[in-house]
Amino acid sequence: MLRNYLKIALKVLLRRKFFTFISLFGVSLTLVVLLVATALLDSVFAPQAPEVSGNRTLGVYLMGMTGPEATRTQFAGYQFLDRFVRPMTKLPAVEAVTCFSLPETGVSYLNGKKIESSVKHTDGEFWRVLRFEFLEGGPFTGDDDRNAHFVAVINEATRDKFFAGQPALGKTLEVDGQRFKVVGVVPDVPVLRIAPYADVWVPIGTSKSDLYKKELVGTFMGLIVARSRADFPQIKAEVQARLAEAKPLITDPKQFNRLLGGADTPFEAAARLLLSSRLEQGSPQKLWAVLIGLAVAFMLLPTVNLVNINLSRIMDRSSEIGVRKAFGASSWTLIGQFVVENVVLTLVGGVLGLLFAGLALHAINASELIPYARLSLNLRVFLDALLIALFFGLFSGVYPAWRMSRLHPVNALRGRSI
Amino acid sequence: MISLEQVSKLYRTERVETTALDNINLKIEKGEFISIMGPSGCGKSTLLNLMGLLDEPSQGKVALDGKAIDRYGDRELARVRNQRVGFIFQQFHLVSDLSVADNVEIPLLYRKMSNKERRKAALAALDRVGLSSRTRHFPTQLSGGQQQRVAIARAIVGKPGILLADEPTGNLDSQMGDEIMSILEDLNRNEGATIVMVTHDPRMADKTHRVVRLFDGRQVQ
Repeated sequence: MLRNYLKIALKVLLRRKFFTFISLFGVSLTLVVLLVATALLDSVFAPQAPEVSGNRTLGVYLMGMTGPEATRTQFAGYQFLDRFVRPMTKLPAVEAVTCFSLPETGVSYLNGKKIESSVKHTDGEFWRVLRFEFLEGGPFTGDDDRNAHFVAVINEATRDKFFAGQPALGKTLEVDGQRFKVVGVVPDVPVLRIAPYADVWVPIGTSKSDLYKKELVGTFMGLIVARSRADFPQIKAEVQARLAEAKPLITDPKQFNRLLGGADTPFEAAARLLLSSRLEQGSPQKLWAVLIGLAVAFMLLPTVNLVNINLSRIMDRSSEIGVRKAFGASSWTLIGQFVVENVVLTLVGGVLGLLFAGLALHAINASELIPYARLSLNLRVFLDALLIALFFGLFSGVYPAWRMSRLHPVNALRGRSI
Repeated sequence: MISLEQVSKLYRTERVETTALDNINLKIEKGEFISIMGPSGCGKSTLLNLMGLLDEPSQGKVALDGKAIDRYGDRELARVRNQRVGFIFQQFHLVSDLSVADNVEIPLLYRKMSNKERRKAALAALDRVGLSSRTRHFPTQLSGGQQQRVAIARAIVGKPGILLADEPTGNLDSQMGDEIMSILEDLNRNEGATIVMVTHDPRMADKTHRVVRLFDGRQVQ
């Protein structure tokens, strides 16, 4: 029976080419947008190298200060990370802690040509928490940081720019007037990976100014690697306690009387940023609901379009429905047939959407619109596509199928839709 | 086999009530070949639809093998239609997207049969109506007579026992009509099929065992 349904489905697709084109266009275009968005989200949030401990890592990303009249939202400050978070390594639940700055633009001149690089200041633990694959040399150490050694790890793209792709180990690189000796070269990391991304990594101790050392909120981030995910609640509570402990260090207590922030997974940090005006603990479930709601709303348009197209096919196929009913098809059998047909249509749209999404992602990667982007259609994205296509198929097929199945056989045979 | 007792069928719209059938009493025995005649709009097709369980009477009782059809639910009605009744329509009603063999297989899709069994039965039915060389053709590639023969093959493929034919020769020229009529007579004579045929053509009606005449929804003979 399924073979017969599939035959009919394909014939129906070919019979009304314009409607089929409109349907497939709607489904595939929506899928392309959703798949690109999914690939972007996947690239930002899914654990991947060099964040090998990503699934048991919490970050102190966002911090702020609030008072009776104002709230300031920034990133974590080095003072807070150094005095209150770094000592958490003594807790049995914590395996490692690293602090690093946000990437800043560093300027270099090579043969009279200006080169801009993203420079990140990190401690030595950074390289233990984030397991980069070294193409040359190795990481700098905690000693390099404490003693402000002018050493740097660079990525492949920087090696290409400064050293024309030749080995860079031991060579010198000048950034913002500071000369660094290259001790390691690592592969490019996409800008979407907030923690590991940079072109050049140098020790925090080499910073030009010491002002960062006094900041409770500022331009740094910290990562806390737990022994296991089961330790997350304990670590989060500990960070909250330490935020309260740090309150007396606020330099302007009249304006600000509370430190905001906490330890989050990247997705929780997004929820904290997007769903709360004062960096309160965000609900990832709520953010999921918002994202799914947006996706569903976006999918509604082609779904309604498909419903309309399918309803208009009722008249076309009333004779067939009448015949099938006369020869023993029950209403449920007909619903099954029509839903199968619609799922076939949307799966074809899904395959096309997947194909176009692959091309779109390839174009995004090649355009360098997102530095070092490696957006791809992995298994997770493929399954998302499959689910989305099934959503289309089922939701746009069930109502017209139900309407079809309700046709009175006599009316259907006479070519009436009611 | 099929009995109708005091059957009436009314069609109601917001303003008008039309009586399509009025107090019909009819009994059709197994193996009979009956024709229903009457002018257009007298209720012939309505009567056939009631016998084929495609429609329900407004009043009275339609029974198949003694069991009233109002006792059947949607699934049961579908099952009975599938196993007991075969339809032949004036407009053929073949599914244009399916090949001849696939069209003939339609009634068997709703039975638990393997693909192989279905194909075998469809080919046998097509052979029975002399179309075994056209199995892979599509309906639009056939003449009207050939299309009607495909429709007959579809009606008999499940060996339903009852064939209901709504003006099966109405769209055909006299030669084609005679061919179709011969097939129906043969099915009745040699395979014991009970046939009820709506027709306008007295020549065709003369070949059946009994003629039921309707006028304005009433049975006049």
